[in-house]
Amino acid sequence: MTAWGALPMLAVMLPVLGMVLALPAGARGAERITLALLPVGIALAVGTAAAVQASGAPVVHLLGHWAPPLGLSFRADGLSAAMLLTAALVVAAVALFARAGFGTAAGAPETRAAFAFWPLLLALWGATNLVVVATDLFTLYVALELLTFAAMPIVCLDGKRATLEAALRYLMFALLGSVLYLLGVALIYGAYGTLDFVLLAGKARAEVPTYVAVALMTAGLLAKTALLPLHLWLPPAHAGAPPAASAILSALVVKGSFVILVRLWFGVMPGLAAPAAAQVLGALGAAAILLGSVAALRQERLKLLVAYSTVAQIGYLFLMFPLLVAAPGHEAFAAKTWTGGVLQAVSHAFAKASMFLAAGLIAARLGQDRIDGLAGAARLLPVPVAAFGLAGLSLMGVPPSGGFAAKWMLLTSAIEAGQWWWALVILGGGLLTGSYVYRVMAAALTGDGTQPALRRPDKREKIVLALALVSVVLGLLPLAAFGLVQVGRLDLAP
Amino acid sequence: MTATVFGLVGALLTGIGLFGLLARPEPLLRILAFNVLGGGIFLVFGAVARRGAGAGFAGDPVPQAIILTGIVVAFAATTLAVALLLRIASDDESDPS
Amino acid sequence: MMADGLIAAAILGVALATIASRGTFTAVALFIAYGLLLSFAWVRLGAIDIALTEAAIGAGLSGALLLGAASRVAGRGAAMDRRPGRAMTVAIALGCAGVTAALAAAILLLPDPAPSLAPQVAANIGATGLGNPVAAVLMSFRGLDTLLESAVLVLAVIAAWSLAPDDAWGGKPGPMQPVLADGPLALLARLLPPLGILVAVHVLWIGKDAPGGKFQAAAILAAMWMLPWMAGRVVPPPISARWLRVAVAAGPALFIAIGLAGWMTQGAFLAYPPGLALPLIMVVEIALTASIAIALALLVIGPPGRRA
Repeated sequence: MTAWGALPMLAVMLPVLGMVLALPAGARGAERITLALLPVGIALAVGTAAAVQASGAPVVHLLGHWAPPLGLSFRADGLSAAMLLTAALVVAAVALFARAGFGTAAGAPETRAAFAFWPLLLALWGATNLVVVATDLFTLYVALELLTFAAMPIVCLDGKRATLEAALRYLMFALLGSVLYLLGVALIYGAYGTLDFVLLAGKARAEVPTYVAVALMTAGLLAKTALLPLHLWLPPAHAGAPPAASAILSALVVKGSFVILVRLWFGVMPGLAAPAAAQVLGALGAAAILLGSVAALRQERLKLLVAYSTVAQIGYLFLMFPLLVAAPGHEAFAAKTWTGGVLQAVSHAFAKASMFLAAGLIAARLGQDRIDGLAGAARLLPVPVAAFGLAGLSLMGVPPSGGFAAKWMLLTSAIEAGQWWWALVILGGGLLTGSYVYRVMAAALTGDGTQPALRRPDKREKIVLALALVSVVLGLLPLAAFGLVQVGRLDLAP
Repeated sequence: MTATVFGLVGALLTGIGLFGLLARPEPLLRILAFNVLGGGIFLVFGAVARRGAGAGFAGDPVPQAIILTGIVVAFAATTLAVALLLRIASDDESDPS
Repeated sequence: MMADGLIAAAILGVALATIASRGTFTAVALFIAYGLLLSFAWVRLGAIDIALTEAAIGAGLSGALLLGAASRVAGRGAAMDRRPGRAMTVAIALGCAGVTAALAAAILLLPDPAPSLAPQVAANIGATGLGNPVAAVLMSFRGLDTLLESAVLVLAVIAAWSLAPDDAWGGKPGPMQPVLADGPLALLARLLPPLGILVAVHVLWIGKDAPGGKFQAAAILAAMWMLPWMAGRVVPPPISARWLRVAVAAGPALFIAIGLAGWMTQGAFLAYPPGLALPLIMVVEIALTASIAIALALLVIGPPGRRA
């Protein structure tokens, strides 16, 4: 139990309480609850990050004063703090953006979409926060189910046939992922008598039950993270989802299962991970980067291009695995890999949220989102197009963006680790990303001269731009100097 | 002994459920297969609980409580999958195209 | 030992038949049998709490839900994907066999003696005032899981309702026509609820010291509401009804409020003040039972359907 442990606890419980109260409050009340919680959530995330940074150690809250293994705890380390901040800011941006589409005016009747949107958003927020601060593998299972139950309906909020089918497909993938994970949880308990990953750290033995458990949990989490070849649910789910939903799904939901995977590999069983298995994960990541980018390049619709770009960008996260497994004894590049991976997750969250929202504004204004039909978009919608381009810079890894810093750290770590093949993948991925971003920008920047440049100022444009700017500015922060994301790394524990 | 028997039954049920989930194309049968699979997983967990019997309890109460929570969560998942399936079916009815 | 073997064989046979069955009704009927057989397994494993839950939720409520679904999708292919080809089916079967083999190996190689938290539960159960160790884990040691799970049910209700067609929004939950208006069900629907409610209250109350508790009681209560609904004797309130929404949210909201009060007065979320643990736990149990019962019933009944 540490002094500021209540901050992450509140960061989880307040959105969950808001979601519960949103049901009786109705659509308009739920919207107000959400808006009231945004500044509170940001303050809690900033406070948690400050406490972690100041103390140089994780902040811990023991639920009901019961310590693990009997009890449960919340523990915010550097990775948690970074993700809490990301979630709070992205949720705030998405909530403000979504008021135009899901707001309810005073006295207006409650609509289905507005009734559902706000509690689902709160549930996604609370569940994301829970995923990054819970230490118990079964509590994490419940958090994953919360994410699934909220993400499924938000994908098909428009109620059209195609989105309902995409939601059913997503649900099947997600449920299969959950049960495989749960199976691993059962074996871990059978082998160690605890599910707390802090207690498990360093205790794990190289035995059959451990390997079977971790293999099952890894497979389940990969399905939820949509790593190639388990990505099939992701593009259709994004195709018809509201832009706000796509933004949250790509920015946060797929990252939740990734964080658990990192905890599992480098928390529960550091040193046990077979280098060959880590190379397989890295290879899947590399395949995702290359094939996802090529698929993005071939899409006709802007929204699907952005969705396939998510498939590709998730791939970068998995380059962490072979590099960290090779790392023991090489703390300098392990630290760099770790920071690079976390920064990739964070900067992609901001960049992709911005891209989906920008694509949403463009599609709403043009009435369609075919890339061939984007001519003139830059004159009509200069701010969203600029935001799309800025976010694209971060995805490509152009300096000084956050994506550049992340990819540079991963690339140099790969060379230092003697695994130069990952560096080639990162470079190739950057070129492909550049091509598909260029394709969109080139189309948007051609004017067909027939349309008058009638701008309709829209407050939402500022939100989209702000998200893109954050993804760029992240590269200017001396993140490595802060050392925040290094705090509490379990693979360093003796 | 009982624990091992039902643990192995759980392992077999997991395989059976997984096969149904992957090989049967009908959504309702997939939902049933998901529940067969869930039953298998809970039995594996139950075997773990039984192995941990002690201190006067017939099984370790911690995994037993986890299974209870898990059964309710799996039920909620089933209801959502069914609701989604029925919604798609009712769309087919009103608009056969 | 004989009993174990027979139950095990029956479970496996029924599971295989469920997966292999051609008709959806047959599959659902077999699945209900599967749930009931699993309850026997749970009794053999010394987990009476789980046996009750499995019978009530795994076989009972799931059975009602899936039978209703089967009757409404019957006759439609509604296949999501194409059936996998022969080679693919063989590959899937081999993969699943591999998973089973790996699992079986892991189970056989678990450490002996098994690690267990039973001694720690026994040592600390006194602080909760409860006699049922599973209830102590659910309400105190791992109270957070229970709290989150009750929030999952609220979320599931919201998610299910969000699947209503727009033209049915705000209406009564469930399909437009009652399922079965007369016959033996109508008689049962009249006779069973008073008895069932008494049983549920009993199950809830004894749950503090013996197998039972809120999940089992809530599942029975949900069934006692659904039975008259299925017989066309009661009509559920529209989903826009404020009291219905308050009732679903009240239990989890109260649990979170008590948790936050524990943080403010005792310094930890979900910490109960000394001496007040049992009364607070019982208040939460009762509130959760009511909310969970309504949520479970609403989930089985389903979102409002399209008007015919």
